[in-house]
Amino acid sequence: MEHEEIMNVVMVGHVDHGKSTVIGRLMADANALPEGKLELIRENCRRNSKPFEYAFLLDALKNEQAQGITIDTARCFFRTEKRRYILIDAPGHIEFLKNMVTGASRAEAAMLVIDASRGVEENTRRHGYFLSMLGIRQVAVLINKMDLADYRQSVFRDIQEEYSEFLEKIHIRPRAFLPVSGYEGDNIAGRSPRMPWYRGLTVLEQLDAFEALLPPSQQALRMPVQGVYKFTHAGDNRRIIAGTVETGGLKAGDAVVFYPSGKKTSVKTLERFNDDSQRPFECGEAAGFTMTDQIYVKRGELLCRQEETPPRTGVRLKANLFWLGKAPLEKGKHYLLKCGTAQVDMTLQQVDRVVNASDLSCFTRQRVERHEVAECILRLDSPMAFDLAGGAAATSRFVIVDNYEIAGGGIIMDCLAAEDYDAKNIRWAASSTGASERSALHGHPGMIVWMTGLSGSGKTTIADLAEQQLIAAGVSAYVLDGDKLRRGLNRDLGFSTPEREENIRRAAEVASLFEDAGTVTLVTLISPYERSRKLARSLSRRRFLEVYVKAGLNACRRRDPKGLYRKADQGLIRDFTGVDSPYEVPADPDLVLDTELWNEELCAETLVNFILSQLKK
Amino acid sequence: MDHLEQLESKSVHILREAYAAFGNLCMLWSIGKDSTVLLWLARKAFFGHVPFPLVHIDTHYKIPEMIEYRDRLAMEYHLYMVYGENREALDKKQTFPDGKTTRVECCRLLKTEALTNTLNGNWPRYRLDLSTGRYEVDTNKEAYTGVIVGVRSDEEGSRSKERYFSPRDNKNDWDLDDQPPEFWNQFKTTFAPGTHVRIHPLLDWTELNIWEYIDRENIPTVSLYYDQGDGKRYRSLGCAPCTGPIESRARNPREIVEELRNGALSNIAERSGRAQDKEDGGGLETLRRAGYM
Repeated sequence: MEHEEIMNVVMVGHVDHGKSTVIGRLMADANALPEGKLELIRENCRRNSKPFEYAFLLDALKNEQAQGITIDTARCFFRTEKRRYILIDAPGHIEFLKNMVTGASRAEAAMLVIDASRGVEENTRRHGYFLSMLGIRQVAVLINKMDLADYRQSVFRDIQEEYSEFLEKIHIRPRAFLPVSGYEGDNIAGRSPRMPWYRGLTVLEQLDAFEALLPPSQQALRMPVQGVYKFTHAGDNRRIIAGTVETGGLKAGDAVVFYPSGKKTSVKTLERFNDDSQRPFECGEAAGFTMTDQIYVKRGELLCRQEETPPRTGVRLKANLFWLGKAPLEKGKHYLLKCGTAQVDMTLQQVDRVVNASDLSCFTRQRVERHEVAECILRLDSPMAFDLAGGAAATSRFVIVDNYEIAGGGIIMDCLAAEDYDAKNIRWAASSTGASERSALHGHPGMIVWMTGLSGSGKTTIADLAEQQLIAAGVSAYVLDGDKLRRGLNRDLGFSTPEREENIRRAAEVASLFEDAGTVTLVTLISPYERSRKLARSLSRRRFLEVYVKAGLNACRRRDPKGLYRKADQGLIRDFTGVDSPYEVPADPDLVLDTELWNEELCAETLVNFILSQLKK
Repeated sequence: MDHLEQLESKSVHILREAYAAFGNLCMLWSIGKDSTVLLWLARKAFFGHVPFPLVHIDTHYKIPEMIEYRDRLAMEYHLYMVYGENREALDKKQTFPDGKTTRVECCRLLKTEALTNTLNGNWPRYRLDLSTGRYEVDTNKEAYTGVIVGVRSDEEGSRSKERYFSPRDNKNDWDLDDQPPEFWNQFKTTFAPGTHVRIHPLLDWTELNIWEYIDRENIPTVSLYYDQGDGKRYRSLGCAPCTGPIESRARNPREIVEELRNGALSNIAERSGRAQDKEDGGGLETLRRAGYM
């Protein structure tokens, strides 16, 4: 049989935005329905004196049609000339969000449906955010019900603009925005004559334009052990280790190691039912093998190859998670964490921040409620092997079970040292840094924290708050403010490119002296050029952190705390960064503080925690 | 890996997860093509062994060849083969063929009731003695907490709403509005006392995949699926009085694959030969909610 590509695409949208109609229409227009099905629904509608709607094709359950909403992840199968599709109809109703997460998690791409007559609503933003959390990067936005908006381009353009701006904040760059009408069939399978201003793809063409993900066969072997089988009573004396090869591959003779136990052996034979070919197991294959040594291993361990990158093993995880449980995730309670085939008891140790998925506001609370997303520290009762996010998916993602139910899921961001620490009460041991006597005096070494960003991005506000918190924690800190320097040391300098560079050079020199004196120096300067920031880094004696205080030009203009954008627009100031002078976004900053997403307190707290962790190194 | 190999691996993975999670696990075997593929996959997952009982609900209206085939394979594969039945309804002739009930009611009694009471151990289970070839009352009366079932999501509306691991409460109720989330290949493998979980390893398979796999793996199937020379064959197997054949000249799995691929059946729903579906308002929902597979 020839290889047939299959792609999972999740269809997401708010309950009333017409998602089911779009899918029903797509299936019907692409001739993907058995006739019996369509007739059956039409017949049912006639019998119940209801007008036929395409949405009924999906809402095949009586229960659903009564409620008028799609209540669970339903999958539709269909095929184009390019490949096969599984369309996952993910519900938009807030109560059924956990089902949406389920649906979305199986998908490689997503189509998000917005009602042209209603525009961007809370749920639409929430859906976008969850797609981002789940790592679905291929997103197309269907602006539906264009018929109700008289097919006007301006309606389409306004929604596109508003939603693009939002998606950009959560790092989703949509592939396309499509003006459609599921009800009338515009731009679904065929091009609409009613919107000649649109020259993009139809929904059907957009599906084929998504890129399939490549299997991670090139990565290091990861095979979570599902079981160790021995069917002696049936006269079979093989002891077979079974599991699915999630990444990499496995062949006879491979030197392997199990984590977290660290036990080593090598592969003796590959085991397949009715097949003794010994051909290597590929990524994705359900595998089995026997070992050369009779070591004791059990379900839940992670099989790796000895010469490849080992996984992390540990008991403290930094994780991003979303919570779906009816009861909140809270401290002092025991949960079960499942990752790969490992199952360990865990407790919540700390919540670093909670994100409200509807308005993306952030706050700190030592508890995570239903439908919230949070950055947390989790403590496991026993060691577990895992990978960090970006590595093998199966071993870097986990779910949390509360009271028999899967109540949340997340990705592992970092493996932390086992000993507990409280960032607020750190006192640095004099000997730990091996630094100068000045360093010993303060209890910590000096450091330059270089904060770059547009005027109005919030650099100085955050730096001032961080300074207070650092001093409260016993750290000698000082804010070196760009404006202050310009009023004194640098008052001879203007804003031309060479003068800006000189301004930064002097600031960097001063910061370097402060650093040497043992002070954590927070420098707040627009510093728009990459090369001058590099220069500043080179002047640092030891520790230099580049912090990008991020806010878009539009946001900064709106804030305009010093009225400078207004003056620049009026031509009263020249060479103003962002207006008539460029800003080069840092290519690889040590920390990004997005002030459009987080408030100043949260940014300051994040910065302080980051500085403290860096001082400890 | 090609698509069939991917489907196979995923199903095997699910079977192994089920085996690790449930102490009292069983697999339903309807003798049809789907659950027979499932049986084959179990032998793949456990390297030639099937380490849990196979349960068949015998309505005593099955086409006789199905029962012969069941017992032949059970002996050959050394299966822990169990059947259950609704003895009371059969004795009182409360059935559709006896003219005392509707088709849907007959299904409820002979299948759903029998299934519920066989799974929970309230009614006798009959186990095949592999040395004599006869069925004896099984001494194991414990409720099965994990039940592996061969449903596919492309079959029919309500089945597309299923999860790989789908909990039923102690009344066998399926709470559609409150299903557990299932993501990242992590399934619901923990459960409260008094509940059980249905496991659906074939959810992503289509009818065509099933036949391609039967063809490729050479899986023995009941001959009722094939044209014996009269231009008719069964596409879906059930009880004799309520199941009709379709017009088809396909004589083997390969010809059925051809038939499905060239679209000869694309305008006919798979279960169109099953009379009880039509009485149930066009979906299996009423039966399914009550525990029908």
